[in-house]
Amino acid sequence: MDERPNWAPGDIDLERPSIARVYDYWLGGAHNFAADRAVANKVLADAPIVRDVVLNHRAFLRRAVRYLLGQGVRQFLDLGSGIPTVGNVHEIAQSVDPAARVVYVDVDAVAVAHSRAILAGNPLVNVLQTDVRDVPSVLKSPEVAELLDFDRPVGVLMVALLHFMPDDQDPHGMVAAYRDAVPPGSYLAMSHAGYEEGEWDPAWDEARGEYDRGVTRLAYRTRHEVEALFDGFELVEPGVARLPLWRPDSPDDLDDNAAHFLGFGGVGRKS
Amino acid sequence: MTEQVDHRVAAGRSNFDPTLLAGAESFARTWATAVIGSSYVPMTRAEVAEHLRALTEVLVRALHANPFRTAPGYEIGARLVEAHFTGTDTLGRTVQLLGDDLLAALGIPADELMRSRLAALQGALSAGYARALRERTLAEQEAIRAAVLDARDQAEAALRASEARFRAMFTEAAIGIGIADIEGRILDVNQALQDMLGFSVEEMRQYNIRDLMHPEDGGAAWRLYDQLTAGECDHYRAEKRFRRADGEQVWTHLTLSLVRDDHGEPQYQVAMIEDVTDRHLLQNRLRYQALHDPLTGLPNRALFLERLGRVFNNKQRRRAGLCYLDLDGFKVINDSLGHDTGDQLLVEVGRRLDHSVSGEGKLVARMGGDEFVILVEGSSGTRDIVEVADRVLRELESPIRIGGHELTVSASIGIVERELSGTTAADLMRDADITLYWAKADGKSRWALYNPERNAKEVARFTLSATMPAALERDEFYVDYQPLVRLEDATVVGVEALVRWQHPEFGRLAPDRFIELAEETGLIVPLGRWVLRRACEQGRRWLDEFGDAAPFVSVNLAVRQSRDPELVRDVKRILDESGLPPHHLQLELTESAIMGTADEPLEALRALSEMGVRIAIDDFGTGYSNLAYLKHLPVHELKIAGSFMEGLRAADEEDPVDAQIVSTLVQLAHALRLGVTAEGVETPAQAKRLHRIGCDTGQGWFFAKPMKPHEIDELLRS
Repeated sequence: MDERPNWAPGDIDLERPSIARVYDYWLGGAHNFAADRAVANKVLADAPIVRDVVLNHRAFLRRAVRYLLGQGVRQFLDLGSGIPTVGNVHEIAQSVDPAARVVYVDVDAVAVAHSRAILAGNPLVNVLQTDVRDVPSVLKSPEVAELLDFDRPVGVLMVALLHFMPDDQDPHGMVAAYRDAVPPGSYLAMSHAGYEEGEWDPAWDEARGEYDRGVTRLAYRTRHEVEALFDGFELVEPGVARLPLWRPDSPDDLDDNAAHFLGFGGVGRKS
Repeated sequence: MTEQVDHRVAAGRSNFDPTLLAGAESFARTWATAVIGSSYVPMTRAEVAEHLRALTEVLVRALHANPFRTAPGYEIGARLVEAHFTGTDTLGRTVQLLGDDLLAALGIPADELMRSRLAALQGALSAGYARALRERTLAEQEAIRAAVLDARDQAEAALRASEARFRAMFTEAAIGIGIADIEGRILDVNQALQDMLGFSVEEMRQYNIRDLMHPEDGGAAWRLYDQLTAGECDHYRAEKRFRRADGEQVWTHLTLSLVRDDHGEPQYQVAMIEDVTDRHLLQNRLRYQALHDPLTGLPNRALFLERLGRVFNNKQRRRAGLCYLDLDGFKVINDSLGHDTGDQLLVEVGRRLDHSVSGEGKLVARMGGDEFVILVEGSSGTRDIVEVADRVLRELESPIRIGGHELTVSASIGIVERELSGTTAADLMRDADITLYWAKADGKSRWALYNPERNAKEVARFTLSATMPAALERDEFYVDYQPLVRLEDATVVGVEALVRWQHPEFGRLAPDRFIELAEETGLIVPLGRWVLRRACEQGRRWLDEFGDAAPFVSVNLAVRQSRDPELVRDVKRILDESGLPPHHLQLELTESAIMGTADEPLEALRALSEMGVRIAIDDFGTGYSNLAYLKHLPVHELKIAGSFMEGLRAADEEDPVDAQIVSTLVQLAHALRLGVTAEGVETPAQAKRLHRIGCDTGQGWFFAKPMKPHEIDELLRS
């Protein structure tokens, strides 16, 4: 992400891998280019587990959105939404309630353009191209103002987002700004790459280095650190958990590795 | 989104017998376990199993269909892809699982027919899957490429909008903006700048920034420019003039900024130029007003002092001179003809001064009132300034006609000219002012040159007059006495009291050093009173000791004292308090003090005379005495001035004129029944001649110098 102001057009450089397209590739999509695939494959070669990690984040998104729908939430703000591959928030939400509203936010101009193309004709879904860290720009955008009612609970989604924000970018401040903007009864759903102290496998350094160099810096956080990001929210059961262990659909979905999964997920409610 | 999971396959399941159904369900679960994790599908495990169970039923139906068709195989492959089972392992695992487990799971005998039908369906499924995946991949690639194009279009549209905004800002800005490359070639200028300078863009593009250099630009501005283009500074502001196309000059406030490329190398320079001509002219006018005298239009004191200060900072100027000029008698003109006439006179004088001393390095200023000053920078000596002063005096000679009056004015000028090192602006001003005062004191309508010795004397005089009151209190004054000797028998008949000042810094001072000062300051009255008291007290002591042989004391009375209304009372009180009989006191007054006086002082003298105090006229013959009037005055003694004694001095020969004058004066005095004392008797010849002429008393070094009272005592005893 560069220093360019939000209104200035960013470079559309297909030689530069984009987080959104690399994720798409890992999820089995073809919305990507050679440069994206090259990085994605390098990372996979060093850490084959990454595909599983990505699938789990996506699965967490599905479970979390369904959970929020169960709690009566009908409007969602999906921050860092990426390329709409399959199982997107509005599909999940509108399959339960066709009146559910979703605003996708991503800084990636291509991801946003693609989303717009797919979503044309769906009046209850908007896509906003903005850096999610620029909270006022997001909240004051017409895309948000048009669809989201801040007098009613909002589901704020930060799935596989904050591990791209090292502490020097003040993720706590950003989360707090969104928290302060939504009314009580709103939820924050977050998945985050991380591990507990002592779990780090040096073999992952390579993958991480590859990703840092090729795409963007990764900031792993411990469970405790991820919990701290929920400041001002009341965590719902089971709290911040290893991603597969957060409200699994079925015990069959859990394998032996679930307890050491390289990432956490959680949902908190603003009271 | 387009991807939708299709559950329609479940239709018609009731056609199967229960065992087959159970077998299909069991196979579907195995299938789900095999493929879950090989692709991301937005479904729970149960949903996946359900989805695959429906597909399994399609397979079962296809296996048993008559006639047998492979189309359902294609359909299953396509639906797998449609459900996003796009992972590369999904197909492999599926095909393998179909071959290995399907027939057994369904309880279908693995006969030749079924195996061949299954193989055909596996092939069709693979082909359907591949085709669907290929289509999906192509569609997604197309979609993402379309998205890229959209994003680029949007980015470009945003860029164009942004460019258009900047262009509008540039074009429409009220401030002049110009862009040049780093060599100074002008690339673009906006309308405001074209209007400001009167050149079109095309004309401006012919220019280099250096062509816009104004001849009077300070070197500093261009130094800054060089620093900027060298990348040493990023921007600077300056007041700068430009020459317009029509030749007029325009004053601007210029901000020049450096634009660097991505590597930090200087690339462009951007000038923001604001026309501040009006403001500049106003400032100039205000500054002019602040620094010029509104009446004459000449520089005022402030500007003069600024210029003078600058002379001292200019290392090239080694010397400088000042003429400090003041009109003579201007107050009279102002008072008699009115301020309006006075003002017009000043205007004309200012004009003549300006006219006569114009030139480089010269400045005429009006300091206020009728005082003007001329600064000459870089003079080579006093002569340069004297020439200026002479020219000015000449220039003022011709009469000035104002409102029917033909006025003749003159001026006095104080001149100071010196080397600048070792002096200050304040010194120059003060010395010029002092020198002007000298020119006035010396008779006006002239110049005077500053003279350090004269100044030192004046300073000393000033010091004396300033310290005199304290000296009187501290008893620094004392009185000497000089005998007055009767010529007939050389008897001391009287003594003249002469005041001295024992100054702590200057030593013993004779009366000529301080009496005049005391007259000016008025201190003569208390000083005179003090001397009188001292002399009377001393006179009383002599009276006590020597009785009839005691001398009278003769005390000088200054003009101011003689006009002091308290004089008679003071004298009476002092006589009473000292106990000196009035006829033992003689008061000496100058001719002018007596002759020039009005009635009241004369009354005082009469009163004193009636009291018994002797009155003597001091320095007689040097003033213009009204001899006819003399006989009506209460005078007892004439003291002939020492200057007449010159001609009687030599032993061998006398000056017949002086002798005749003295003889006549003595006869005149005697005719008026006045005594005569000759002052300044220094030789025996003078004493002898004066005696012969008939003079009564003599005073001078020949008889005795002024001395201490106890020395008089000894003289009287001898």
